[in-house]
Amino acid sequence: MKTSMAEGERKTALEMVQAAGTDRHCVTFVLHEEDHTLGNSLRYVIMKNPEVEFCGYTTTHPSESKINLRIQTRGALPAIEPFQKGLNELMAVCQHVLDKFEASIKDYKDRKASRNEHAF
Amino acid sequence: MAAAQAVEEMRTRVVLGEFGVRNVHTTDFPGNYSGYDDAWDQDRFEKNFRVDVVHMDENSLEFDMVGIDAAIANAFRRILLAEVPTMAVEKVLVYNNTSIVQDEILAHRLGLIPIHADPRLFEYRNQGDEEGTEIDTLQFRLHVRCTRNPRAAKDSSDPNELYVNHKVYTRHMTWVPLGNQADVFPEGTIRPVHDDILIAQLRPGQEIDLLMQCVKGIGKDHAKFSPVATASYRLLPDITLLEPVEGAAAEELSRCFSPGVIEVKEVQGKKVAIVANPRLDTFSREIFRHEKLKKAVRLARVRDHYIFSVESTGVLPPDVLVSEAIKVLMGKCRRFLDELDTVQMD
Repeated sequence: MKTSMAEGERKTALEMVQAAGTDRHCVTFVLHEEDHTLGNSLRYVIMKNPEVEFCGYTTTHPSESKINLRIQTRGALPAIEPFQKGLNELMAVCQHVLDKFEASIKDYKDRKASRNEHAF
Repeated sequence: MAAAQAVEEMRTRVVLGEFGVRNVHTTDFPGNYSGYDDAWDQDRFEKNFRVDVVHMDENSLEFDMVGIDAAIANAFRRILLAEVPTMAVEKVLVYNNTSIVQDEILAHRLGLIPIHADPRLFEYRNQGDEEGTEIDTLQFRLHVRCTRNPRAAKDSSDPNELYVNHKVYTRHMTWVPLGNQADVFPEGTIRPVHDDILIAQLRPGQEIDLLMQCVKGIGKDHAKFSPVATASYRLLPDITLLEPVEGAAAEELSRCFSPGVIEVKEVQGKKVAIVANPRLDTFSREIFRHEKLKKAVRLARVRDHYIFSVESTGVLPPDVLVSEAIKVLMGKCRRFLDELDTVQMD
């Protein structure tokens, strides 16, 4: 049973595939136009969630640019929840990295400028 | 005590053994180690995470990222190489090419020339749009004709003397502003990054006359769009001496590593080797060729300390490139979050 999320002619970016007979706690997400860049980092963040029993991703074929990301949760938690939580956490990590990086760059430039002033 | 140390080593170090590398993969997921709480904690991450800029100049940047996992550090590296957009020559309209260089070879070479234009001020070209508008296209003209130099000496064999305009450089490329680009971009800001890249060579009577159109693209599509000369990272080396090394062996030990890593100090009349600056080491593994010394040293890398080196082609400064790469990853997450939201609204 496939549930695709697309409206009109916009290409689906994300599909959920669920095997027959299981409930919503084991789902494979098909992410289009993605590769190891998002796949591995998302897998890492989702695996850090103690409610997740299994999380793994594969690239289907090098000619196709999509990944299959499978999440199985402990208990009856719907698999879409750790997926969403993982995306939010990854965004929070990126935001924090960006803030720290820009602060560090600014700090370096200020130190360099003050060093140049002392040289004169 | 030894077991706790071994666990710490498994969790925090990648060990380079004589015949292989151990503890490569990240194992600190919840449930793997008893007594450790490995669930994701944003506060703990923020407390442990830091960025230190070691060196920055206009085209290269070296910085340390500490407290992050390989998956995310690698994602930043991959995005820097392939998904930060730049402008590059895509379409070449050849009016006249009587040079030795074939049209397609010339077009390929022109595509690889880095163009000094901030890609954030441009849009991607719509699919199927052949003409290109001022918001997504830059035009350059290249028109060079080679002639014989009438004032050359009779018996000269130096091409620089004999011919005029026989080498076509990027400085011969002129910008042709479209629409309101002349108002938006001051004179001289839209140009190739370097003006001394040799494009082709000509002889008298040969001419190159072409119009180039640049569009915005990403490295995934074609490597000419990659904004970095390269972007790479390495893990911080961690060299520990398992037993004291003294005397002549200390000198021998210091020669097995890159200069500056091992220092030989005089302590109470004896020469003792200490690890001075492991960051400089490049791990040639020379130590494993010395039977007695290889047992005295443990070569390892710190698993969550990444030394990034970003070298820009000149399109954008390297710190801007790293910021853009982080924003690209955020954009990817946001895209899927929006998709999830549109589904859950149904």
